[in-house]
Formats: sequence, structure tokens, C-alpha cells
Amino acid sequence: MAWQLLRRCLIFLISTAVASFLIFWIIDSDCGPARSALGIGGTEESVQALCTQMGLKRPLIVQYWEWITHAATGDFGVSYISRRAIGPQIFDQLSVTLWLVLGAIVVALVVALPLGMASALRHGKVSGNILAAISQIGIAIPAFVAALLLVLVFAVRLRWLPANGYVVPASDPAEFLRHMILPWLSLGLVQGAVLARYVRSAVLDELGQDYLRTARAKGLTPLQALRRHGLRNASIPVLTVIGVQLVTVLVGAVIIERIFTIPGIGKGLADAAQGQDLLTVQGMVLTLVVAALMISFLVDVLYNVIDPRLRQGAGR
Amino acid sequence: MKSSGLAALAASLCAALVVAGCSAGSTTAETSSAAATSAGNTSGSSSAAATTTAGSAASSAGSASETATVSGNAPAGDGALTVGFVLEPTSLDFTQVDGAQAPQALLLNVYEGLVKQDDTGKIVPLLAKSWDVSADGTVYTFTLNEGVKFSNGDAFNAEAAVFSIDRVKSTWLPSVKAGMDVVKTAEAVSDTELKVTLSAPSNSWLYAMTTRIGAMFSPTGVDDLANAPVGTGPYVFKSRVPGDNIVLERNADYWGSAAPVKTITLRYFQDANAMNNALLTGGINIISTLQTPEAISQFSDPKYQTIQGSTNGEVLLTLNNQTGPTADPKVRQAISYALDRKAILDVAWSGYGSLIGTQEAPTDPWFFDEDAYPFDPEKAKALLAETANPTPTIRLTLPPVPYATAAAPLIISQLADVGITVTDSSVDFPTWLDQVFKQADYDMTIINHVEPRDAAALFGNPDYYPRYNNPKVQELFKSADAGTPEQQISDMQAALKLIAEDAASVWLWSFPNLIIADANITGIPQNAIGESFNFSTLAVG
Repeated sequence: MAWQLLRRCLIFLISTAVASFLIFWIIDSDCGPARSALGIGGTEESVQALCTQMGLKRPLIVQYWEWITHAATGDFGVSYISRRAIGPQIFDQLSVTLWLVLGAIVVALVVALPLGMASALRHGKVSGNILAAISQIGIAIPAFVAALLLVLVFAVRLRWLPANGYVVPASDPAEFLRHMILPWLSLGLVQGAVLARYVRSAVLDELGQDYLRTARAKGLTPLQALRRHGLRNASIPVLTVIGVQLVTVLVGAVIIERIFTIPGIGKGLADAAQGQDLLTVQGMVLTLVVAALMISFLVDVLYNVIDPRLRQGAGR
Repeated sequence: MKSSGLAALAASLCAALVVAGCSAGSTTAETSSAAATSAGNTSGSSSAAATTTAGSAASSAGSASETATVSGNAPAGDGALTVGFVLEPTSLDFTQVDGAQAPQALLLNVYEGLVKQDDTGKIVPLLAKSWDVSADGTVYTFTLNEGVKFSNGDAFNAEAAVFSIDRVKSTWLPSVKAGMDVVKTAEAVSDTELKVTLSAPSNSWLYAMTTRIGAMFSPTGVDDLANAPVGTGPYVFKSRVPGDNIVLERNADYWGSAAPVKTITLRYFQDANAMNNALLTGGINIISTLQTPEAISQFSDPKYQTIQGSTNGEVLLTLNNQTGPTADPKVRQAISYALDRKAILDVAWSGYGSLIGTQEAPTDPWFFDEDAYPFDPEKAKALLAETANPTPTIRLTLPPVPYATAAAPLIISQLADVGITVTDSSVDFPTWLDQVFKQADYDMTIINHVEPRDAAALFGNPDYYPRYNNPKVQELFKSADAGTPEQQISDMQAALKLIAEDAASVWLWSFPNLIIADANITGIPQNAIGESFNFSTLAVG
């Protein structure tokens, strides 16, 4: 376990360094920040002069080193474009996105667990096939289409919920919930449909196991047997999928954040990339990479909690 | 798990790379462009070529908004309004970063200049009570208002004005600072008297003082303009959430009459439909500029009012006057005759906007309504027959803006009717900027020029991308700038007529100012005259 953790950390460090340098290299816009400061009428000489002054003329590797050493201490610098400190901005945007992602995952679980289990337990029956078909439809609908449809129905037509916008939870929790329901549903329903498929197949696997047959032989209904003996085992593959989904949701929030004008890190990343705001993009990508790795690390820890066999294998 | 974790990481990285890679570089245009943003800026107020249509229940609100000067008698209540915009300022510090969005949000609201434009485009006093101009037009003596304070508590005086003017030349970065180049010296004669000496008489200087470069700053309030703007205006900057909103609050110590609405929230929407939905569901109160004129019918409910005025934007089918088939004036004239611009406006922008015959906005003081080339395909064919190649092939390079993609098909078919073959290509914005704008490697392009009073910049400078070189026109622009106000108008008109006769470009339409708002809001500026959207006149009736 300790060796595994160490390996994981090493992979994490290397991939972060490689990824951040790659991005530095790809986005490097030469004198882009100087150009956008001066505007469309800026002459080439003044662009070059300002570019040198901003330190953008130094070798890329020097700029990168300066950035990464500062970033390691938590200082993401000040954006050339917005002239604002980047660190606090990323922190604000990440907290917004985390609300969005966590809510979406909760929605996904609430949808997927009953749907997947029910369709597994009714496997082979018409009702089971109908449930499976429902999740198939959910998979086929992209999140942004779901978002547009939900807005059209619940905001524009019925006027039950706001069409977009974000309210800080601390300032008005009720309004925060009202504003987040549609984004949560748009992201969560689709992920829930995907997850339901995995729940279904995991539960089906378990139902075929010998010990479950024994449990049923001693008089338990399929549901009871599953609850007492099967769920813990079935949850391991499901947990893996949730881990992957969390990451895709985190990154895929870009579109949902745009549709609902939620000032999260996805929208921030798109804005910064569009604005050639290299340092901000870098800071955000680094944050996202760390978040993604932390999620998969967390999933690993959860494996140990769920599966006693892994705990014993850890061998203190 | 390990492999799936890595796969996830790889996927997220790829996504990040794609997002970053695709759009890196695509904004020089969006954020800093003078020529490019169709999301016109909005400001000033009322009159000339403007009409107000309001739902029947709201007709009183509609007509009230025609009189847009400061609603001094409106009570200063606790109201709050949210206004939707499209493009967000990259930085609030417009002294260091170019872009029309920061001035749109802050000018006249947080910052004020010595002078401003009134609803008709006339230059009127603001922080300066009055001013005298010397007989030779080079010395301006301003008498400043007393008792004006910056929001940090400092007094506004002639020293601060000198500081602000000098700072444009010493510290500003955006190229608009060139408007201050003509100033030789600025000196504080007393606390309330400011003397500015120009190196040559210039009408455009006083006009420039109504724009962002004329904004007055406090000598102790410029340390952190990106996060904490300090001005003398009716509103003070309260907060900003990047990617979402800017909040302004009424300046309790404002020297003039207080703004009727206490809190103004500017919300930014990248998605035009999201902004429409926000108005429909009460998330915002005003759409500052409607991006989807074809969708206007969803606001036909009397709960909403539609305000239609004009902007400084001219949508041009810009022609290359230097190279290619369009270098021949006869070809350019033929193109002008061949296009039915009324039909193009109806198709491309649902008929909103007005037809113009040259590089002018309906609110320009020298505006004249004249069309040198009414739709006449026969004349176009006759002109083409006189040229070396009566059936030329001409390139059309299209930037990714909605009005260009909407107008292009009809333009191509109308030109085909007179025997001109058009090969069109769509390019992304950085490519457009480089190919068309910088290198002038194009025959025709379509773009909305949103800068106010930009005729001299476009057609007075032979290096600018239309590459139009007419010494007579350049001479007229110069004498217009140096002459008396009357001479300025007559010289500008003469120059604009020459440009139109030469068919230096085709002026497709004047871009409309389309505002949709809750019906009970009054004081909405009807025409976008200056650089800002003035919130101090808004009131909830």
C-alpha cells in the first residue's frame, strides 16, 4: 500500500510536470498579452517593446521554471491580461464547480442505484427491459441537450425555476438550490443513466454467484439476498465508474456552466484560453489535474473501506 | 482502477488541451477589436433615427424613455436592476488593456470626464462647468466644478485633471492613447482652472475627451484599477465575479443628482439564448443588445419593451482598393449597383438597422442621407462591360460573425446575377486579423466597424486595410479636424461624399441598437452614441 501510494505520487508529479509544460508550450502566444493590451491599433514596435518589458521574450523554459516554482508554493501569479491575482480566482471558481459536480453525482446516484438494481432484479422480464431501455435513452442524450430541454420546459414554459445564473450558497441557500436544480439535473441525469448500466451489470454478476443462490435457498427474497450479501461486492466496479465519471463531469462542466452562466472553473478555463491568458490557463489546468488525481486517490482509499480483502492484503 | 484513473487523467488533460489549443489566439479580436465586435457598445441617449416600440400596456414607459437626460426628479430609491451583456471586460483597467467592454461598464457610471456627449452627440459640460477656446484653437481653458470628490474621498481639482491627462501619455498602453498626442501641455492655473495647450488645433481632441482617454483619475486612486476603480461618477464599483458579473452601487456622495436606481448588476452571457431566457424568466431586466433579431417575437408580450435606435457600427462589405479586381473603381461601382441592400438587411438582420450610403452613423453631426448607388443590376453590367474582364472572379473572406455569415449567400447570388463569380471562404478571427486586417490579402470582406467617428481612420490612412488612397479625401479630413465646427461638418461631408463616389467599399447597413427590457423601466439610452452604457438615467417606473 505504501509503495503503491508512493508510485501514485510519482506518477502524479511526472504527469503534472509534463502536462503543464505541454500546455505552456501549446498556448504560448508569443506576444499575445502585449498585443491584446495595446489593442488593434497597436504598432508592431510598441507590441515588441511591451512584450520584452513583460518578460515574454525570455526562453519558454525560463518562463516555465519561474511559473512552476512559484506555483509549487501556491502562488499562481498575476494575470497579464486581467491584471488580477490568479490564485484566489481559481479558488472561487473551483468551489463553484465542486458544488455543481457533487450535486450532479448525488443526482446520478439517486437515479442510477434504484434504476440499475431494479432492472437487474427484473432481468429477462418485460419491465426489466423497459428499465434498461430508459437508461439507454438517458445515455443517448448529451448533457447539453438535456440542459436546453430542461431550461425550455421548467424555466421558460413553466417558470418554476430560474433559467440560469448562480447565487453564492452562503448568501442565500434557498436561491442557491433553486438556481442549481436544473444544472444538477442536466449533468446528473445523463451520468445517472450511464451509471445505471454499470449498476445493472454489476448486480447481475452478483446475482449469478453461488453464495447468493445459497442465500436465496435459505429463504431470502432476491432483494434481501442482494442487500445482505451482494451489494458490497457489486459496489466495487460501480465505485470505479463513479471515480471516472467525477472526472469527466468536472471537465465536462464547461458546457453546462456556459449554458447556465455558472462562474465555475470550466467556464473560467474556456474564457482564459480564449483570452490567451496563459498563466491563468496554466493555473487552472494544474488545479484540475490535481483535482482529478485526488479523486482517483480517494476512490482507491474507498476500495479499502469497502473491501476487507484489500485491507488485509495491505499488510502493515 | 489504476489504468482507468490514468485514462481519466489522460482524458481530462486531452480535454483541457483541446479547449486550450482550439481557442488559443482566437481573441485578440474578441477582446481588443475595434472593428470586430458585433456586440456593439451602447450608450448615450435618444433621438435622431430612433423609434420606440413598447407593448401597448407599456406605451407610457416607452415614450418616457425618449427623454433620456438625467431623470433629476426621479426619486433615489433602493431599486436594483440587472443588465445583460455579451462580452465581458478582460480587465477593468482600461488604461492598461484595450477593449470596448470596460469603458462600456465604467465610463459615465464610475468614471467621468471633463466633457461628455449629450443625446444628440453634442459635446456638453460634465466635470468642467464651461470652457473657452483661444482664437487659434490651440488653448483650451476649462473651469471645473467645485465640490467634486472621488470615491476614495480625494477632491477633484485641476491638479487631478493634469495628472489624468499626463498619465495617458506616460502610462497608458492601449493605442487609443494616441488621441492625447496632440496635447502639448496641461497645467493647473488654480484649483478650478485648467489650461490645456495643443500643438495644433484639433476638433477630434475635445471629442476624444468624451471617450475613455478623457476619464478623470485620482492621483492616489490608480494603484489597483483592475480591482478597485476610483472615479467621480454617480456609481461606485462594488464587486466583480469574473465570468459572471460586475456590481455597481450608487455613489452616496455624488456631486450631481443621485442616480434613481441603487444597485446595478451587469451580467455577462456568452450564449445569446441564455441571455434571452434570463430576461424571460426574470433573471435580468434589460438585454443591452439583442444578438438574435430573428427571435424578437418571444418578447412581444406587453411585459417587455423594445427599444430600437442606432449605434456607431457600420456593417461594411469592405473592398480592397489596391489589389485584385476591386482595385478598378468601375468594378467597385458595379458591385455597389449590383447589391440590393434592403433585401440583404431584411434577410441578414431581420430588417433591423438602417441603410447608409457612406462611412457614417445616423447620430454623427455630419450625417446626410444619400445613396450614390441605388440597386440597378443593368448599370452594374454596363460598368463591368467597360472593364478589362466583364466576368471577374472575386474572393470574399468571411470572419466568424453572425451578420457576415447571414449576409454572404445573398450577396454572392446578387453578384452572380451581374456576372461576378464569388469564391467565399470562412476564416477564424486570428486568421482574419492577420490576412485581411494586417496584410490586406483579400478582395472583399464583411465586418461591422463599431468605433465612433471612424471614417478618417478607415479611409484617411492609405495603409489601413481598405487601402484607399485619395489625397483629396486625406486633405479634407485634416482640414475638418483643424477647422471651426461648421467647417468640420462641411469638410467631413465633402470627404464622405468622395469616398462614396469612389465606391471605396459597400456600406451594407448601419448596425441597430436593439434593447429589450422590462416595460416598467425608463431612461434607457436609445442610441449608442459614446463608449458607455449610462446607468444613471435608468429608473423603475
